[in-house]
Amino acid sequence: MSDHHAPQSLLSRVFSTDHKVIARQYLYLGLVGLLVAGLFALMIRWQLAYPGDAFPILGNLFWGETNGVMPPEFYNMLFTMHGAMMVFFAITPIVIGAFGNFAIPLQLGADDMAFPVVNMLSFWVMFLGAVIMTISFFVPGGAAGGGWTAYPPLSGVANYGVGHGASLWLLGIAFAGTSSLLGAVNYVVTTLNMRCAGMTLMRMPLAVWGLFCTSVLNLLWVPVVAAALFMMFMDRTAGTAFFLAGPGSLFAEGGALAGQSGGQPLLFQHLFWGFGHPEVYILIFPVWGLVGDLLSTFSRKPAFGYKATVLSMITILFLSQIVWGHHMFTSGMSPLLGTAFTFLTITISVPTAIFFLNWLCTIWRGSLRFTPPMLFALGVVFVFGIGGLTGLFLALQALDIWLHDTYFVVGHFHFTLAASVFFGTFAGVYYWFPKMFGKRMNQSLGKWHFYLSFVSLTFVFFMMMYIGATGAHPRRIADPTVYNFLGPFQDANVLIGWGAQFLGVVQLIFVWNFFTSIRSGEPASDNPWEASSLEWVAPTPPPHGNFPVAPTVHRGPHEYNAPETGERGWLTQAEPSA
Amino acid sequence: MTQSSTYPATPHGVLNTGVNTGKLGMWVFLASEIMFFTALIGSYIVLRLGADSWPVPGDYLAVPVLAVNTFVLITSSVTMVKAVQAFDAGDNDRSARLLLLTALLGCVFLTIKLWDYNHMIHNEFKINTNLLGSIYYFLTGFHGLHVLGGVISLLVIRSGVKSGKLLGGQHFRVEGVGLYWHFVDLIWIVLFAILCLV
Ligand SMILES: [Cu+2]
Repeated sequence: MSDHHAPQSLLSRVFSTDHKVIARQYLYLGLVGLLVAGLFALMIRWQLAYPGDAFPILGNLFWGETNGVMPPEFYNMLFTMHGAMMVFFAITPIVIGAFGNFAIPLQLGADDMAFPVVNMLSFWVMFLGAVIMTISFFVPGGAAGGGWTAYPPLSGVANYGVGHGASLWLLGIAFAGTSSLLGAVNYVVTTLNMRCAGMTLMRMPLAVWGLFCTSVLNLLWVPVVAAALFMMFMDRTAGTAFFLAGPGSLFAEGGALAGQSGGQPLLFQHLFWGFGHPEVYILIFPVWGLVGDLLSTFSRKPAFGYKATVLSMITILFLSQIVWGHHMFTSGMSPLLGTAFTFLTITISVPTAIFFLNWLCTIWRGSLRFTPPMLFALGVVFVFGIGGLTGLFLALQALDIWLHDTYFVVGHFHFTLAASVFFGTFAGVYYWFPKMFGKRMNQSLGKWHFYLSFVSLTFVFFMMMYIGATGAHPRRIADPTVYNFLGPFQDANVLIGWGAQFLGVVQLIFVWNFFTSIRSGEPASDNPWEASSLEWVAPTPPPHGNFPVAPTVHRGPHEYNAPETGERGWLTQAEPSA
Repeated sequence: MTQSSTYPATPHGVLNTGVNTGKLGMWVFLASEIMFFTALIGSYIVLRLGADSWPVPGDYLAVPVLAVNTFVLITSSVTMVKAVQAFDAGDNDRSARLLLLTALLGCVFLTIKLWDYNHMIHNEFKINTNLLGSIYYFLTGFHGLHVLGGVISLLVIRSGVKSGKLLGGQHFRVEGVGLYWHFVDLIWIVLFAILCLV
């Protein structure tokens, strides 16, 4: 940090401490993760559409002895790695790693993160985690297959089902967690201590608020899941029995788990969901914040109820830590305790409804500009609305017992989190691309990307809720046709399969647009969106140290068409009043 | 932490909160560490309360040796406090000596710890012997790693203090390592109490 003008060797560019370089590294890592985990999803849906048929390409390569049919163990591996990689190596690096690193210092008017070296380390620790995850595919027995929740006891036993893949999986996620932790320390301290003159907490863009809430939850709950992962790792490798109970046939003399007993499988569920529920907010807070900013910017109106939105996010931050039991209604939990968890979970819908209505009021009677980032932001509003409403069903203990582990849960979860974050990812990339790379992306390709993605994604997840709402279609099986009672759903599974493939193909539009724009997009001006937050004040792309002159902030982050903005109708946060 | 002539335009570390950035970072990090040990200790409590029977710790653990170790670590916290005081008083040499002493006491702690592990393994009390063994090795092992990290930080900071590179303005660096060291000390006292005495 001592000399910002030193000539850059390749080494110092790869191991850069510049937050914008680290942001791009996170973005690339996350996009690769998204691609791999996305391909897993497409394979899952193809298998469910045509179980028992020879699998295209892979069947010839790997599964000769079953005439090309995918073995169930491989299917288990697919959905385990799909979930784990999406959460830890796609969403986390993109919406937290890339967006957080890029936006926080720029939007706060800071020259960099509080601890640039720690920041660099956090990326490389995650990179190591990704390497470990990749290696896990190639060890004997393949990658982990215990589901992304990895419930013990089976996942805690060394030679049951899968080999070292599951141990490496635990390590890989522990690395990703450590990376999140280092990042979170940086984000929290930068937000608290590095704001430029005039940038009060209540003038920060909502994106920064979202990332701040995310980081607080990361700080508090990543260590908890790390503890659980390490304990399970010991169960698998050192013969401990933290999560292995006995007695039972598995634990008896000569059983697979002989010699290991006395622990508590449910303890893992508590530790896991103690982290797991906050984790969904960890992943979605940055998107909520970003969407709040985008809706305002592209409606040319101040964000409606800025303070209420911030307060509701903080309320959710607190509430999200005491509702984990709603994942465990079927674990034998006392119905009385379950009722308490139902009540607390439903309570979250109050602050959620507040900021959701604030979104709607922000676009109400605005002069909407349907740019790609705005379209994707509106997409988030829609899918999160559906996801939030269906979440109320699952919060109710009685209904949840009926719907537990069905495709209704999968559909709900994917609307609420996956689709929201998926759209949020693209909203952010289309929005910040000009500042990140100094080029513009093709706008009409961006719009086609949105419309086609929106249609296919909504179709896929609606169909999942439909086949799950009967309480029948379980999420875990590799071949629904072996059960007669699932027969009526097979047509739906085929439709979902094709819808998913279509969604996958549509993403090629983005890939094409992304790379051609980096190479030969038209040069971007400093503020192509006429947005007011500080990153658009910085030169394009911003140099080391970001701002040639330290900005001074005069107003909130989105005072569009407020009286003080004069004829032009907007001012950046750094411009004095007209 | 020096500033070049043209950059950064925004001075690094505006201190909106009035608290030094490094110190704030250490507190935030320690909050996270507290959650980690809370999860470990909480799991211990759950496992112990859920067990049919629990062995008498004294039958397996060398409690007197661990008591001595506790004393070593508490002493090292005292020398750490003195080191920060000496640094604040501008006496870098004395501060460096005290930091080295603190690190050495940390090494003594680790040596006794390793002897203790070795002794127990020799007596057929291993990590997979029973739940007490699993928890004892797991919790004290993680704590030991933290002590090791602390010793390394102490040695790094000591070389800065001794060479005079760290001056009064970088007070938080010495203080930050001190905070971490006291935290590690505190965790050990808690672990000793709940593992050996209850
Ligand atoms: Cu939840």
